[in-house]
Amino acid sequence: MRFERRENPGAILTMCAPLAAIAVALVLSGLLIAVAGASPFKAFTLTLQGAFGSRLGLSETLTRATPLILTGLAAAIAFRARLWNIGAEGQFLLGALVVPALGAMPFVAALPGPLAILCCMLAAALAGALLLLAPLGLRLRYGVDEVVTTLLLNFVVLLLVSTMVEGLMKDPLAFGWPQSIPVPDSAVLPNLIARSRLHVGLPIAVGLALFVWWVQSRTVFGMRSRAAGLNPAAARFAGVSLGRTLVVVACLSGGSAGIAGAIEVMGVKGYVTTDLSPGFGYSGIVIAMLANLNPIGVIAAALFSALMFVGADSMSRILEVPSYIADVAVALSLLSVLLSVFLAQYRIRR
Amino acid sequence: MTALLDILGSVGIWEAVLRIATPLIFGTLGVLLCERVGVLNLGVEGVMTFGAMSGWLTVFMGGDLWLGMLVAGLCGAVFGLLHGLFTVSFGLSQHVTGLGITLLAASLSYFIFRLAVPTASSPPTIDPFRAVDIPLMSDLPLVGRVLFGQTAPTYLALGMVVVLAYAMYRTPLGLAIRMAGENPHALDAQGVDPIRLRLLAIAAGSAVMALGGAFLTLAAFNSFFPTMVQGRGWICVALVVFASWRPARALLGALLFAFFDAFQLRLQTVVDTVPYQFFLMLPYLLSILALVIMARRARVPQALMAPYRRGER
Repeated sequence: MRFERRENPGAILTMCAPLAAIAVALVLSGLLIAVAGASPFKAFTLTLQGAFGSRLGLSETLTRATPLILTGLAAAIAFRARLWNIGAEGQFLLGALVVPALGAMPFVAALPGPLAILCCMLAAALAGALLLLAPLGLRLRYGVDEVVTTLLLNFVVLLLVSTMVEGLMKDPLAFGWPQSIPVPDSAVLPNLIARSRLHVGLPIAVGLALFVWWVQSRTVFGMRSRAAGLNPAAARFAGVSLGRTLVVVACLSGGSAGIAGAIEVMGVKGYVTTDLSPGFGYSGIVIAMLANLNPIGVIAAALFSALMFVGADSMSRILEVPSYIADVAVALSLLSVLLSVFLAQYRIRR
Repeated sequence: MTALLDILGSVGIWEAVLRIATPLIFGTLGVLLCERVGVLNLGVEGVMTFGAMSGWLTVFMGGDLWLGMLVAGLCGAVFGLLHGLFTVSFGLSQHVTGLGITLLAASLSYFIFRLAVPTASSPPTIDPFRAVDIPLMSDLPLVGRVLFGQTAPTYLALGMVVVLAYAMYRTPLGLAIRMAGENPHALDAQGVDPIRLRLLAIAAGSAVMALGGAFLTLAAFNSFFPTMVQGRGWICVALVVFASWRPARALLGALLFAFFDAFQLRLQTVVDTVPYQFFLMLPYLLSILALVIMARRARVPQALMAPYRRGER
């Protein structure tokens, strides 16, 4: 068996391959649902209904998609430059933790709404960026692979959050629950639609995705970061400073993940707990891959994941299929999309 | 200070070292084998989770403890073959495939576990491996219980270190394994198909990782719960670099690491001025430190992360 590169893969093949892959992943998930003793058709109908069928469902899906767009961006930006940032989960949590910490300072709480929000988001972005710059520094200085270091830092940050919500930043009014002091009123994100949890974080996230798309496709820096990923040696030969490019990439990537955390705290939860993130950072990696690292595609992929998670939650309440089926479906989609992109580019010959 | 000496002087901590090290030894050997043939395996965290679940479930359904280990190993091998199909046969990104395998294996474990045990507030338990009792040896003062009072899978892990070290440096198969990770073209010229060898090694390596997961549910604890692997897989990936891709050093790394882990657990109870979470951070920070110390000195397999295609350079 050998593989031959297709001369012209064709637009239709390139477009359809990922969609076909997701269809395959859904069929496989359907088989698992059947194993669980429920009708796959009924399950998928209920999933769609749960995610889109009502005003509440739709607003929940969009609320869930908001942090996923940002963590998806974090992964997409970094992976394009071959910076393997698997630490979005930690950057998300650190960004989230910064908000109540900053809010505890009187001068921030006294700022007018938009300024307080901006201040918190910038601080969260800085925190996320610094958390990624440390492993990047280790890679550039000592040649330490960043995959493992960024992964391990996720556990460190989670423990740091645990320390804070049980200690220094514990809310004295929370009846002993380990949760942080609340976000000040001035920094709470306004709702988009009344009687829902949907907040202005969504347009901010979409705006950032468009901004990143513009940076990547229309600026010199975007070209440099792609070059650094595609062929570091050639990029260096062309005068691109790999270190400097990666530092900017790390700031954008870690910053997005940090902002995701801040927005989730300011828009949805209002305070930090250790279970603030149901794996938003890890889902971001899947989303970036599903989107083929395209910032606009990240929006679509984040909506798809949010649909699966929100829909499966309501489906599992009715059919008693474990809601982990959503995670399985998303993981299957990742692997099958990976394979489909390959099959669209290569032809198998015997 | 006397408290520290008390901890180090107790038999308990030294007994714990081997117990804590066992899943790390399995995991590190598994990752090491994959990386020695040139494939980074980031599926380890998920494969360990699946091993923990499948091994536990087998015993929970009435299977024998060793049958549980066997089932876990076979499941690991299946995930390994899937990983190999993507990274070796198709030459796809090893980073993304590995993370994909981790997500798939972990979420499938939780799904199957919930399916088998739908509603249980506290996870159901099984009767785990007991410490073996070797007459005379176990009764030796000090070393008796530390060395001869462990559970059977611990000895399996130690045996695997010896077998792997011997096989890798003293047999033709071992030479082929090392060549597959250093120069697969030369291996192909010798008449050994690097692709087939890589597939086999990844399947075997993943099976060993899964045993590490199964140890957690069948010997260290007696039940399965989500997120129980807690990053041990990632620590194994770091330990392989620390070990400079050598089995004997992998054992040393795992033991060293387990010693610090056992030490911090006991230190938590003595030192109450520092939040306990700081002690829990130590294993992860130590792994990072180990990477920093060893990164420059480590001899990375030259063909690591380079997919092999016949006739292509």
